[in-house]
Amino acid sequence: MSAKQKVLVTGVIGSDTHIVGNRILSMALEAAGYKVIALGALTPAGDFIKAAVETAADAILVSSLYGQGELDCRGFRDLCIEAGLDDILLYLGGNLVVGKQAWPEVEQRFLDMGFDRAAPPGTKIETVIAWLACDLAARDQRPHPLKA
Amino acid sequence: MPACALLIDFGSTYTKLRAIDLDARRILGSGQGPSTVASDIMVGMKAALTDLEKRIGRLPQFKYRLASSSAAGGLRMVTVGLVRELTAEAARRAALGAGARLVGTFAYRLTRGDIEQIVALAPDILLLAGGTDGGDSAVILHNAAALGRSALACPVVLAGNRSAADEAALLLGAREVISCENVMPEFNVLSIEAARAAIRKVFIDRIVHAKGIDRAQAEFDQVLMPTPAAVLEGVRLLADGCAGVSGLGPLLLVDPGGATTDVHSVAGGEPSVAGVIPQGLPEPRVKRTVEGDLGMRHNAAAVVEAAGLARIAADACLAPARARVLLDRIARDVDSLPRSAEEAALDQALVRASVKFAVARHCGSVETVFTATGPVTVQHGKDLSGVGTVIGTGGALVHSRDARAVMEMALADSAEPLSLRPKQPRLLLDREYLLYACGLLGAVEPQAALELALAHLEPVDTETPHAKALGA
Repeated sequence: MSAKQKVLVTGVIGSDTHIVGNRILSMALEAAGYKVIALGALTPAGDFIKAAVETAADAILVSSLYGQGELDCRGFRDLCIEAGLDDILLYLGGNLVVGKQAWPEVEQRFLDMGFDRAAPPGTKIETVIAWLACDLAARDQRPHPLKA
Repeated sequence: MPACALLIDFGSTYTKLRAIDLDARRILGSGQGPSTVASDIMVGMKAALTDLEKRIGRLPQFKYRLASSSAAGGLRMVTVGLVRELTAEAARRAALGAGARLVGTFAYRLTRGDIEQIVALAPDILLLAGGTDGGDSAVILHNAAALGRSALACPVVLAGNRSAADEAALLLGAREVISCENVMPEFNVLSIEAARAAIRKVFIDRIVHAKGIDRAQAEFDQVLMPTPAAVLEGVRLLADGCAGVSGLGPLLLVDPGGATTDVHSVAGGEPSVAGVIPQGLPEPRVKRTVEGDLGMRHNAAAVVEAAGLARIAADACLAPARARVLLDRIARDVDSLPRSAEEAALDQALVRASVKFAVARHCGSVETVFTATGPVTVQHGKDLSGVGTVIGTGGALVHSRDARAVMEMALADSAEPLSLRPKQPRLLLDREYLLYACGLLGAVEPQAALELALAHLEPVDTETPHAKALGA
């Protein structure tokens, strides 16, 4: 299992066209040795999940830059569970909310929604790569209860 | 003695022949007999040959005798994939592109009920896909095992996740398994040519025999492909041309039939307007769609359901009650041909509606999405607005008194600006039902096949004065 190249799905969720940061992130993740399925801008939540199912992805990294992240991501984990992706790692990053809100609150809101990590604006790519290494290794330690 | 070719279509209703003078690029004559695959295919074949002989005199020694077949229910296929919009859709497109008649499409894990349904459908070939290469293998293995345990007897073309291919082939058990390249090797990358080729090979090697078509073997050299695939090959040749002769460029063909309406297009289909973002699965350049609910006879009721009785009746200048009476008559006798002026008018309305809906469904559409940075236009499916040629074929269209009025239904309509249908193509009619013959002949003499097609397609568009330039 650990010999297999890890697969990540990336994209910008909802009616959001801000692609540049997401593209840089995707390239950096590829350079870090991951197989990246980059869905690009304007990606509906359902498309992340369909792509993850077909490619047996290990993680989904959702970008949202236009302040509608909370609306777009509502029920994302539930959709994953519905599609049989119970154990998939979910990250989210960008300008997640509108206006000045304290990050710990915002972060908690998204963690409560079922995301494993939330990244505020200015998060370094190296940080994300370190998170992935850590979280994926932790998952590899556990037996997969549902992956037949 | 000129070199001649005989092109045979073992159809569902008729056995059709076209005799071609290869040197002069002209049709020597046509022959027709009944379709008798269910009993003895030779009866229909002999009747067709006799009919041809009656028309052109003693038959020449044919250099080629090539056949296609849609007899005995056509190439009946079931496709299975994982996600409905991804590998299941890719599998569906591969089967349609191979000229199959899809009798069932399945996605995700096959349930016991699904398996029972598939066994009851008794397809000629099953196409099993699922997972990108290195992607999900659990579902295709589950499905292979379920099919392996089932009573399904047909060959299986396996075109899923290559990491799971060996194990899936084992799980499929004793039945014939043909492994080929994944229909979606990478996420959102469509790769259907290998599956199409594999399906065609099974068709030639197995299905032709299984359906008893090879009993007429003395009268032909080879059955090359299912008839819809032959038409698609003909359309592809016509669009792309061959060494030495250029084709017509991007084109669309619509073929309203008794049971279904087929639409073929050869065109990239990329957005024609700058800034439009394509979404969804990439489209095959050579694409065939089949509208199973749009047929002039077997599905006349469904056409009326799609269009509305009032609209069909108004288009035919009939009172709705009168149209209903005539429709009931068609339903009772699906082999009937229009005799009265009223019946012809109803048929014209039905074929217009069939062409309209079938082409609209084949072509893509755009929609406006409002984003924080302003409106953005996204495109689903193929943009065929710039296609240069639209070809019509099929009995109801060819025999229509006003073919132009039918073919106009394939065109862009200012009332539906979001539909990406052809805007200003020239309109051509395949009156001789020649494109299947060109598709078959193209396998051996592409230039002769292409020039034959170019010489015989009839311009419908009276507004194009230089229609003769076609053959140039």
